[in-house]
Amino acid sequence: MAQTTSAIGAAVPNSKAGRTFAGRVTVYGLVALIGLALALAPFLFPDVRSQEVAARICVFIVLVASYDLLIGYTGIVSFAHTMFFGLGAYGTAIAIKTMGPGFEAILLGGGIGIVAALVLALLIGLLSLRVKAIFFAMVTLAAASVMMVLASQLSDFTGGEDGITYSIPKLFAPATELLADADGKALRLFGVALNGKLALYYFVFISALVLFLGMLRIVASPLGSVLQAIRENEMRAEAIGYRVVVYRTAIFCIAAGVAACAGILRAVWLKYTGPEVVLSFDIMIDILLMVVIGGMGTMWGAVIGVVLMTLAQYYLKDLMALGAEASSALPIVPDLLNPERWLLWLGLCFILLVYFFPAGIAGTLMGKGVRR
Amino acid sequence: MRGHMPSSPSIRTENLSIHFGGHAAVNNVTCAFHPGELTVIVGPNGAGKTTWFNLVSGQLRPSAGRILLGERDISRLAPSERAKAGIGRAFQLTNLFPKLSVLENVRLAVQSRARQGGRLFARAAALTGLTDKAMHYLAETNLTGAAALLASALPHGDQRKLEVAMLLAMEPDIFMFDEPTAGMSVDEAPIILDLIARIKADTSRTILLVEHKMDVVRALADRIVVLHNGELVADGDPGEVMALDLVREIYLGVGAEEVA
Repeated sequence: MAQTTSAIGAAVPNSKAGRTFAGRVTVYGLVALIGLALALAPFLFPDVRSQEVAARICVFIVLVASYDLLIGYTGIVSFAHTMFFGLGAYGTAIAIKTMGPGFEAILLGGGIGIVAALVLALLIGLLSLRVKAIFFAMVTLAAASVMMVLASQLSDFTGGEDGITYSIPKLFAPATELLADADGKALRLFGVALNGKLALYYFVFISALVLFLGMLRIVASPLGSVLQAIRENEMRAEAIGYRVVVYRTAIFCIAAGVAACAGILRAVWLKYTGPEVVLSFDIMIDILLMVVIGGMGTMWGAVIGVVLMTLAQYYLKDLMALGAEASSALPIVPDLLNPERWLLWLGLCFILLVYFFPAGIAGTLMGKGVRR
Repeated sequence: MRGHMPSSPSIRTENLSIHFGGHAAVNNVTCAFHPGELTVIVGPNGAGKTTWFNLVSGQLRPSAGRILLGERDISRLAPSERAKAGIGRAFQLTNLFPKLSVLENVRLAVQSRARQGGRLFARAAALTGLTDKAMHYLAETNLTGAAALLASALPHGDQRKLEVAMLLAMEPDIFMFDEPTAGMSVDEAPIILDLIARIKADTSRTILLVEHKMDVVRALADRIVVLHNGELVADGDPGEVMALDLVREIYLGVGAEEVA
C-alpha cells in the first residue's frame, strides 16, 4: 500500500522533471557561454571599456556567489558584504601605497585584509548569529556603516572620500611585453598585444575562476548540505546533531574571506580604491539585486545575475540613445527612450524579471520554485 | 512496583520543572528509564508530555531539576550536543527539511551520526557509504521509491515515516517518539508500530513514546507513566496503571467505560 502511494507521488512531478531538465540545460548552456566569453574576452572584445566590463563581471561573480553562500544556501541576511569586500581592497591599496607596487605588497596587504575580514566575521557571527535574522541583519548594517565612517575619517590611511590611487606591479603595466617580436614590440596574437594589460586580465579571470570553483565545491560538500538543512529547518538541523550557530559562523567567515579576495582583485585591476567603488551601499544593493535576479541558492544564478545587471548598467544607456535616435521622427517615443531615463527602464526590467522568474532566472529554470 | 528491574537507568530526570510565567508546565518530575524498556507516556492534552520531551531533548531549558544521561548531567547542553550524546527524537508535528529530497533528509542524519558535517572539500554525493546507509533506512521504512522526491511532496503518512527514518539514521540509544502515528491512516500505522517493535528487540535501547491510542499502548508498553497538569501521577505496569481509578478519571474523563 505504502509502495503505491510512493509510486503515485513519483509520477506526478515527472512531467515537471522534464521541464526542469530543459531548464537545467539552458542554465548550464548560458553559464558555459558566459565562461567562454570571459575566458576569451581580451580577444573577443579588445576595447578598453569592454575589458573593464569583463573584469568587473569576473570580480562580481565571486562577490555575489559568496553572498549566495549566505543568503541562498544558509538563509543568513547580511548587509556587511561590501565591508569585507572593502577590507580586502583597502588592505591591498594601503600596502601598495606604503610598500611600493610589488607582489609582496599585494600578498601582505591582501592577506591582512582577509585576516581582518575573518576576525570581524567571527566576532559578528559568534556575538549575533544566535539572535533572530532581522537583528542579525541590523547588526551587519551597523558594522558596515561604522566601516564606511572609518574609511572616510581615517583619511591619513584611506585617503578619505578621495580614496587611494596607486600603481600595480610592473608585470601588469600596459607597456610590459610578455613576448617580444623581432622589432622589440609586444607580440600580437589575433591582433591583440601580449602585454601587461592582458596579464592583468588573466590574473583577475583565473583567480575569480579558482574562487568560484572552490565555492561550487563547498556547496556540494557535506558542509554545504548542512547549510541547506539549516536554511530549511534550523530547529531540526540542531535536533539531529548540527550545532547551528557554529555552522552559521563558519560559513559567514568563509563568505567574508572570499569577499575580501574579490576586493583584492578589484583593487589590483582598478589601481584605485575608494569608498564609492568598494564600500558604498549602492554596491551592496547591486549585490542583492544580482543574487535575486540570478536566483538564490544556485551559484549559477550569481553568474547570470551579475552578467545581466552589469551589461544593463554599462550598455542600457547606449542602447537607449540608439533607440531614441532611430525613433526621432515619432512623437513621445524618443522622449521615453532618452538615455537619462535609463533607470526607469532598468526598474521596469527588474519588475518583469521578478514577475516571470520569481525564484530568479537560474532558480526558476532549474525548478527550485518559490521559497515558502 | 515493577517486575523486572533491569540494570542502571540510561536516562532519568530529577525534580525536573519548567515554569512559563507563573504556570508550571512540568512540575517536579522524577523518573528513570532503562535499556530494553519501552515506556509510554500518557496524559490528557496539556498535561506536559511534549514539554517534558522538549526538556529531555533540549529544545527547552529546565527552570529547576536535572536530566541525567547515564551519570552525565545534560541539563545545560544544546539540542545538538544531546543528539550527539545519543538522544534521538521524532517530532509530533512533522518537522522535516521540506525543500530537500527524501534521501537528503535521511542522509543528513547519517552524516551527523558519522561526524562528517564539517567536511568542506569532499563531495557529499561521493560519500557513498553515507548514501548507502541512508538508503538502508529508507528501505526499512518503505520509502525507497520516494528517495528522489522532495520531502514536502510526500503524503502525510510518508512524511511521518520519513520522520522515523531520520530518527533511525541517528542511531541513538534513547528513542523518543512523540505520537508517531498521529494523522496516519489505518493501513500505515502498523508499519510504524512494527518498526518500533523491531527497535525494541535490541535490548540496549531505551524507548519513550507519547501516544494516545489505547491499542498502541496495549500492544507495545512495558510500562506506563501518567502525567497530569505537569505532574507525574502514576508509573508502573500497563495493567496496574490503567486500572487505577485516578488514571481512568483524569485520562479518560467521566466516560471511563470505553477503557475496557
